[in-house]
Amino acid sequence: MHVPDGFLDAPTSVATGAVAAAGVAVALRKAQDELDERTAPLAGLTAAFVFAVQMLNFPVGVGTSGHLMGGALAAVLVGPWTAVLCLSVVLLVQALLFADGGLTALGTNITLIGMTTVVVGWIVTRAVLAVLPRRPACVVPASALGALVSVPVAALVFVLLFAVGGQADLSLGALTATMAGWHVLIGIGEAVITALTVSAVVSVRPDLVHAARPLRAPLRLRRADGSLVDAEPVAASRQARTGRRDTRSLLLGGGVVALLLAGVVSFFASGDPDGLEYVAEDEGFLDTARDHAFGDFALADYGEVGGIPVGLAGILGVLVVVAVGVLLFRAVRGRSSARQHEDAAR
Amino acid sequence: MSGGLTHRLHRPGDSPVHRLPAHVKVLALLAFVLVVVATPADAFAAFAGYAVLLATAAAMAGVPGTVIARRMVVEVPFVVFALLLPVLAGGPRVDVLGLSLSESGLLAGWNILAKGTLGVVASILLAATTDARSLLVGLARLRVPARLVEIASFMVRYADVVGDDLRRMRIARESRGFAPRHLGHARVVAQGAGALFIRSYERGERVHLAMLSRGYAGSMPLVDATPAARADWLRGTALPAAAVVIAVATWALS
Amino acid sequence: MTTPSLQVSGLAFAYADGHQALFGVDLTVGRGERVALLGPNGAGKTTLVLHLNGILTGGAGSVHVAGLEVRAGDRERLREIRRRVGIVFQDPDDQLFMPTVRDDVAFGPANLGLHGATLDARVEAALAAVGMTEVADRPPHHLSFGQRRRVGVATVLAMEPEVLVLDEPTSNLDPASRRELYDVLDALAVTQLVVTHDLPFALQLCERSVVLSGGMVVADGATADVLADEDLLRAHRLELPYGFDPRSVWR
Repeated sequence: MHVPDGFLDAPTSVATGAVAAAGVAVALRKAQDELDERTAPLAGLTAAFVFAVQMLNFPVGVGTSGHLMGGALAAVLVGPWTAVLCLSVVLLVQALLFADGGLTALGTNITLIGMTTVVVGWIVTRAVLAVLPRRPACVVPASALGALVSVPVAALVFVLLFAVGGQADLSLGALTATMAGWHVLIGIGEAVITALTVSAVVSVRPDLVHAARPLRAPLRLRRADGSLVDAEPVAASRQARTGRRDTRSLLLGGGVVALLLAGVVSFFASGDPDGLEYVAEDEGFLDTARDHAFGDFALADYGEVGGIPVGLAGILGVLVVVAVGVLLFRAVRGRSSARQHEDAAR
Repeated sequence: MSGGLTHRLHRPGDSPVHRLPAHVKVLALLAFVLVVVATPADAFAAFAGYAVLLATAAAMAGVPGTVIARRMVVEVPFVVFALLLPVLAGGPRVDVLGLSLSESGLLAGWNILAKGTLGVVASILLAATTDARSLLVGLARLRVPARLVEIASFMVRYADVVGDDLRRMRIARESRGFAPRHLGHARVVAQGAGALFIRSYERGERVHLAMLSRGYAGSMPLVDATPAARADWLRGTALPAAAVVIAVATWALS
Repeated sequence: MTTPSLQVSGLAFAYADGHQALFGVDLTVGRGERVALLGPNGAGKTTLVLHLNGILTGGAGSVHVAGLEVRAGDRERLREIRRRVGIVFQDPDDQLFMPTVRDDVAFGPANLGLHGATLDARVEAALAAVGMTEVADRPPHHLSFGQRRRVGVATVLAMEPEVLVLDEPTSNLDPASRRELYDVLDALAVTQLVVTHDLPFALQLCERSVVLSGGMVVADGATADVLADEDLLRAHRLELPYGFDPRSVWR
């Protein structure tokens, strides 16, 4: 899903280049605050990881598949600033060493894939976390929603850029509908893979999941009679608790917007099913074009896109992801509490 | 043996194009593509001229057309998009072979196709004639922030290592009869991805230790970077300069 | 008597999670000596190694490298300590992180401030010492495992260390690569501390062996004697390969 040269006109390309440069500069400074001198090796290895998992394909509809963008995943795992750096470096290397994504479109690609998906994924994840119980496992459904929303939003930003600097007389409504409808579907795949990956990391090394760090269980003190009490939480986490109520409303609002977006936007899409299917086909080509060295992850079709009214499919998608997230959350919580029992038994 | 990240695209050689310093080549590529992107879509002759320029450069670099063609699959998604534009776009329509196509859409499709293809071919030429390490040194010389170049350098170094990890996990899964068929299997694959992240991050921590052990104090030493000679710059500007000449010439003649 | 290369006294250390790994380690390694550090998994070998160049600090006791004490917080001194103690880590993919072999070998000396012809000479000499001159311009990923291990040794040699510390140098090596590594190490005059499970390799390379178990030094003597002490080996989960008799090895 990399924009090539010539898709947007020169002024727009230069402008997005400036936006990307500014964003990366801020991310560089902020990431260094987080990782100090370890920035280079840790961000470098995370970039290599993102590069590798971008090769994972998942099916989206009738014999077609998308591949992971990894923005939300990286944001949840290593924090938004480091994630912006990692994704930007991946895009830079892909443009220079793989001719994947045009050099003049590098700014556009960094703005869309490197920054929009990361920032949207991170904000949504944080907002969801704010209303869920404070447990590391909650980061799983939160990241699912973050990933789901991040993909169509990036697609809408692309439409916006196309409206400004695109070089075709396209009806923007149709383009918006096509892009958003299609990317809600891709977003579902992104959400499933992201949530499952995060859940695998949370169950083994919750300390490595950046978004789960403020959620760690408080230290506990053992009293003389053997009972356990929570240690006094430090000031920072108390602050986080008070911030929670404000974000709860934010999340509810966000959820409604997401549903509306999915529904309304896909309604437009259903008005132009041909376009959607054509784009779907092109993504199918993408699948065959991609390097399959790391093994394709071909799942059987799990839904005829053409058969369901697409507006409905969009809303269904959001609901499915929420349901999957809740189930995953239950599973992870079950596993970790089982482990606690085992530990207690020892 | 895994196909290494670097030798999948790079074709070692000793042509004049190979010998140009990487930062000269990157700037030349950027300038060339900018000229291409800025050219109006209906200046057909100019695009033919650019194509001839690239073909000449490819011939000088000794990069066979088949190699370029094989790599061009990366632009397939946008080719399809470009082919759709005549159908989707509005405005006055013309009939071509019984299809009603939008005139502006035809031009827009051509525009994306021509510019995208020229950009991809030029980028393939850069990647084919420049190894990863020179490219990193080139980026550093172009004043790309040092920290960013370092991250890219670690990514280039470890992409193969991480990719091999991923491949080994897949082989281990398949050796025990796992064949992904339905959505339920996504869990297994994603668990592999989760394990991969942990491995990668922990390797990052170990690499950091190894760096500290050899005196790393927060900044990487910039290992050699011979400045480009004037002749290199002259040779490097040949491609974008010729493109500018073509652009101006077609504009003047039209 | 000259200053020993390494002097560790009363070293104790616990990790942040409370797990204590070292319980008072005393170890002296003279200049030019080759010492094998043997011990079962979890004995504290890696923890000890990471103290030698000040990556881990903050416990009790002291570490001196050629007379200079390792002290946390003193950046200048840590720099000098890390020049003096060269650690070759177990996984060469962790050790070799630069795009080409030459860059990697140059990383350490460049951090010491060397550049230009001096730096090049250092790199050439280190690569020559391990017989890897011809792979200088290749990416580490394209080398065999044995070659990568030898390049790992070169990256550390280029810093002209006082003492070379090798963590499991023979792990994952085929017999021929193992023998080549032996030839390389045997030809080096530098003080060596070899952390290993490979008891025949210890016997071949090192006059003296130290057994670390449960965070303490439990034996220190001639390698031939240590390996001949069946009770000692059994008590600390050390095992000779089937059919290997250290007393029958001609030295």
